[in-house]
Amino acid sequence: MSDQYDDIVLAELSDEELIEQMHDDLYDGLADEVAEGTQIFLNRGWEASRVLDEALVAGMTIVGVDFRDGILFVPEVLMAANAMKAGMALLRPILADTGAKPIGKMVIGTVKGDIHDIGKNLVGMMMEGAGFEVIDLGINVEADTFAAALVEHRPDLLGMSALLTTTMPYMQVVIDTLKERGLRDKATVLVGGAPLNEEFCEAIGADAYCRDAAVAVETAKEFVRGTA
Amino acid sequence: MELRSVLVIACGAIARELVRVRDTNGWDHLEIQCLPANLHNSPEKIPGAVSDRIESEKHRFERIFVAYADCGTAGALDKALVGTGAERIPGAHCYEFFAGSDVFFGLADEEVGSFYLTDFLVRHFERLVITGLGLDRHPELASSYFANYKRVVYLAQTKSARLQSLAEAHAKRLGLEYKYVYRGDGPLTAALIPSLKKPDDPACGKTAGSKI
Repeated sequence: MSDQYDDIVLAELSDEELIEQMHDDLYDGLADEVAEGTQIFLNRGWEASRVLDEALVAGMTIVGVDFRDGILFVPEVLMAANAMKAGMALLRPILADTGAKPIGKMVIGTVKGDIHDIGKNLVGMMMEGAGFEVIDLGINVEADTFAAALVEHRPDLLGMSALLTTTMPYMQVVIDTLKERGLRDKATVLVGGAPLNEEFCEAIGADAYCRDAAVAVETAKEFVRGTA
Repeated sequence: MELRSVLVIACGAIARELVRVRDTNGWDHLEIQCLPANLHNSPEKIPGAVSDRIESEKHRFERIFVAYADCGTAGALDKALVGTGAERIPGAHCYEFFAGSDVFFGLADEEVGSFYLTDFLVRHFERLVITGLGLDRHPELASSYFANYKRVVYLAQTKSARLQSLAEAHAKRLGLEYKYVYRGDGPLTAALIPSLKKPDDPACGKTAGSKI
């Protein structure tokens, strides 16, 4: 943030101004400021879910749109994601205590042979922000592990991520494994990752390709609502 | 107008190695033209850049060869080459053709969290890795980018002590273990021979010209 904003005292801003400031702080990847803003809203009596929706998720949506349009690049998105994480850290325990029912459940992981998880983590965080329960299987995940997670967690959605052209074909292995075990119809399969596209998604028999985290959230919502 | 023999449209990141392989093998029927090496970080731009160069040069050459592997284009480069008659280097990326497929996949199996460097990437680490990933502006992101990596593998094309020392320093800077694997130009040469070896036809050598 430039010097001209150094004297802004977040606690002195109105709700409307603070929301706007938090969007800017998220955009600029200012984790401390986002955490501070989150705490101020909680102190003002806002529901955690409202802070999440109006400050964090809405702010990250702006980041996502500008990333898609080539205005922001991966480093800036990562900084924003880390800032959102700082806000989420304050909200997560409160949200858990409310006992609110998740709008859906997603199992997510980066496929075998691939250790890249920046995109996958961003999707997980945005899904969580949108009210989904997210079970993250991590990186380098085998087809057996995906299949076992479907049986154990009974998710609505299975998300697979890959960054490498050498590892994206493994998504087909996972889908074939699910078919062999009679699990393919148990969850909607969403796929994403830099080298993927709609054509690949169709070729491997996944249900939807999500080009970024915001699209993943919208697509997931459509599937759980039955409007996809 | 007399047509030149073969145009090689190459990634700038392998320019030195290509020139060395050409000169070592006497492949003077090749003209090498390079595209910017920083396309390495933006693979989605590679097919268009290659297509544009083919379009602008095809009238001058009998044949065009593309010195890229798939390079993260997920098949888009192959699609761009359909109908042009141009071939490319087999394989997924430069690490594969610099190492040789068996060696590369062996290294990946040995440690999936391997971050690969070549001579070019060792020399230009600051620009392509540090600046390319935004670590110059946000050094704290290194833990996000490299959290799951365990080691740097330097796939060396030369036995330069300076580059080995630099590569080791790069690994240390990223907080990763370091492995040195010398492969020389052999695997790249082997990948190029089927398409670029000098034909027996002596006429092929007469039209040679080179931008490099």
